[in-house]
Amino acid sequence: MKRMIVCVKPVPDPNAWDRLQMDPVSKTLIREGIPSVINPLDKHAVEAALKMKDLFGAEVILLSMAPVDAQPVLREVLAMGADRAVLLSDKAFAGSDTLATARILAQGIRNIGEFDLIFCGNFTLDGSTAQVPSQVAEFLDIPNVMHVCDMDILKTESLLLTQKIEQGTVKLEAEPPLLLSFTKEANKPRYISFMEILAAEKREIHIWDNAILNIDETLIGLKGSPTQMADLLLQPKQRKGIRLTGNPEEIARELADKIHQLGII
Amino acid sequence: MDFLLSQREELLRKSVREFAEAEIPPKIEAMEKTGEFPTELLEPMARLGITGIIAPLEYGGVGLGYLARTIALEELGRVCAAIPMGMQVHHMAIAALNDFGTDEQKQKYIPPLAKGDTMGVVAVTEPSGGSDVVGMQATAELKEDKWILNGRKCFITNSHTSDFWIVIAKTAEGAKGLSAFIVEKNHPGAKTGRVEHKIGLRGANTGELVFDNCEIPKENILGQEGGGLAVALKTVSESGRTGMAATALGIINACLEEAARFASERVLYGKPISSLQAISFYLAEIYTELDICRLLCYRASWMKDQNMRCDTENAMAKSYTCDAAVRCARKAVEIHGAYGILQEYKVQRLLRDAMVTVPAGGTGEIGKVVLARAALAPYRKKK
Repeated sequence: MKRMIVCVKPVPDPNAWDRLQMDPVSKTLIREGIPSVINPLDKHAVEAALKMKDLFGAEVILLSMAPVDAQPVLREVLAMGADRAVLLSDKAFAGSDTLATARILAQGIRNIGEFDLIFCGNFTLDGSTAQVPSQVAEFLDIPNVMHVCDMDILKTESLLLTQKIEQGTVKLEAEPPLLLSFTKEANKPRYISFMEILAAEKREIHIWDNAILNIDETLIGLKGSPTQMADLLLQPKQRKGIRLTGNPEEIARELADKIHQLGII
Repeated sequence: MDFLLSQREELLRKSVREFAEAEIPPKIEAMEKTGEFPTELLEPMARLGITGIIAPLEYGGVGLGYLARTIALEELGRVCAAIPMGMQVHHMAIAALNDFGTDEQKQKYIPPLAKGDTMGVVAVTEPSGGSDVVGMQATAELKEDKWILNGRKCFITNSHTSDFWIVIAKTAEGAKGLSAFIVEKNHPGAKTGRVEHKIGLRGANTGELVFDNCEIPKENILGQEGGGLAVALKTVSESGRTGMAATALGIINACLEEAARFASERVLYGKPISSLQAISFYLAEIYTELDICRLLCYRASWMKDQNMRCDTENAMAKSYTCDAAVRCARKAVEIHGAYGILQEYKVQRLLRDAMVTVPAGGTGEIGKVVLARAALAPYRKKK
C-alpha cells in the first residue's frame, strides 16, 4: 500500500445555505459570497486514507477539480495530514456534468501515476448525485465499492469492507486497486492539529490545467456534458403543526402510527 | 494596517471550534456539579496543540505565539469558559519556565506541560490577597542545600490538577526579597489544601496550596534569588491578563450567539422579540462590545508576539473585556426574560462565569491602576 488518492470537492458551506440563490436562467447556484468548505463526507474519505498512511506510511494525495480559488480549502484538508494536493483547474472544465467531471478526475489520476486505492465521499452536498465515484472507477476500469461504512485491513493486505445497504450491511473482501466511497459512519475524521497546520503550509498544491491533462475539449465542460437541466426548483421549507386529540393512549398510538407512516422508524 | 487574520490563524480557529463544539459540551454538566476540571480532555487538547501552543518546539510545544493562543482560548471560552481558564494559567506556567528557567528546568518541566501530562500553576495569591504582591507572607529560607518553604497560597487555579507548582515566596524583605520556586507536589511538606467552590468557571479547579517546612532542592529556584517579583509581574501581566481577557472574550461570543438566537426565535406580540427596539439595542451593544474586546485582545497579543512592551495594552484588554463580559452576559440574561435564570439555559452560566473573570488574573481595579499610570505618564512632574 504505497499511494492513496482522495477525491475532494469544495462545496458551499451548509451554514450559509439560507443565503444561497439560484440563477433563474442558467439554473446554477450563485456561489459568490458563499464560503466554501470541504464536502463533509470527503473528510471521512480523507480519514480512511490517512489510516493507511498511519499503518503503511502510504503517500496520501488529494485530488480536486475546482477553480484556483479553492486552494485555501485544499490547504485545510492538507492540514488533516495529506502529503500533497493536485488541483485540476481550467476554464475548459467549467460546466462539466458528472460524466465530464469523472473523465477529468480519471485523467488527473492517470497523470498522478500508480495508486493502490482511491477514496471518495459517497456523495457531495451540492449535487448529491453520487454518480462521480462510480464513473471515475469505470473510466479507470477498476471496481467501485460504494456506501462503505467500515474498513478493515486484512493480513493479506486485502480489505474487509462493510457496505451499508437499505436494510442492513454487506461484508466483502476486496483487493486493490479499488475505488471506495464512504458514508459518515465509516470513521470519525481527525481534528486538525496546530502542528499539521504549520506543516501544511509547506505542502505543495500542484495546479494542472488541460494543457497538462490533454483531454479532447469536446468531451469535457459544457460540450462534453450530456446532462441537460430541464428545471431546478427551490423547495420551500415549511413546518406544519398537527394537533392530536384524545386520551394519552390514543394520542400516543396515533403519534406512533404517524411516525411509522413517515418512515422515521 | 491589516486587520485580517492569516489563513493559519483562521484554520487554527476552525480547528479549535470544531474540537470545542464536539468534545466539551458532554463534560459541562459534570463540571458544573463537581467543580472539577475534565483532565481527560488534556490528552486530546495536547494532540491538537492547545496545551503546548506557546511552548517552544524544542520542549515539546508547538511554538506558536500569543495571538494564536488568544484565538484558541476565545474559541474554547465560547463553549465553556472554565476550560480556557485552566488552560491560560497552564500557559502562564509555561511562560514563566520559558522566560526564567535554566535549560535543565525547561527540559524537565516544560515537556510534561506541553504534552498535557499535568497542568501548570503559578501561585502568587495568599489569604491576605494577590494585588499586594510585595506584602506576601510565605517565606523561603536556604538551609544547607535545600530551600525551606512555609506559608499558604490560595485562589490558585489548577492547584489540585498539577504535579508541580511555581510558587512565589519571600526570601528577604522588600520588593527585591521575593523569589520564585518550582515545587513538586511530592516534595516533603507540600500539600494541597481546600478546594474552593466558585459561583462560576466551576469546571476550573481552584484551591489552596499549603507548605509546612516544605523542602525544595536548592536548584529549584526559578530565576535569580530576589527575582521573584519580576517572575510574578511579567507572567501575570504578559500571559495571565491576556489569557483572562481571551477567556472573557469567549464568553462575549457566546452571549451574542445565545441572545441573538433566542431573540430571533422567541415570539411576542406576533413577532420575534428581536424586532422590538429595546431588545435589538441590547443586541447592538453586545455586538459592539464583542468587536471592541476582540480588537483590544488581539492587539495586545499581537504586540507580545512582536516583542513589544504590552503590559498597558494587556491591562486594558483584561479590565475592559472582563467587565464587558459581565455587561453582555447580564443583557443576554435579560433578553431571555425569566428563561434567563433557569439552569437549562446557557446564559445564566455565562453571567456566573463572567463574574469570576473580573477579580481573577489581576483585579479590574489593579488593571485600571496600570492604565491610569500610563494615562498620567506624560504629565508626571520630574522630581
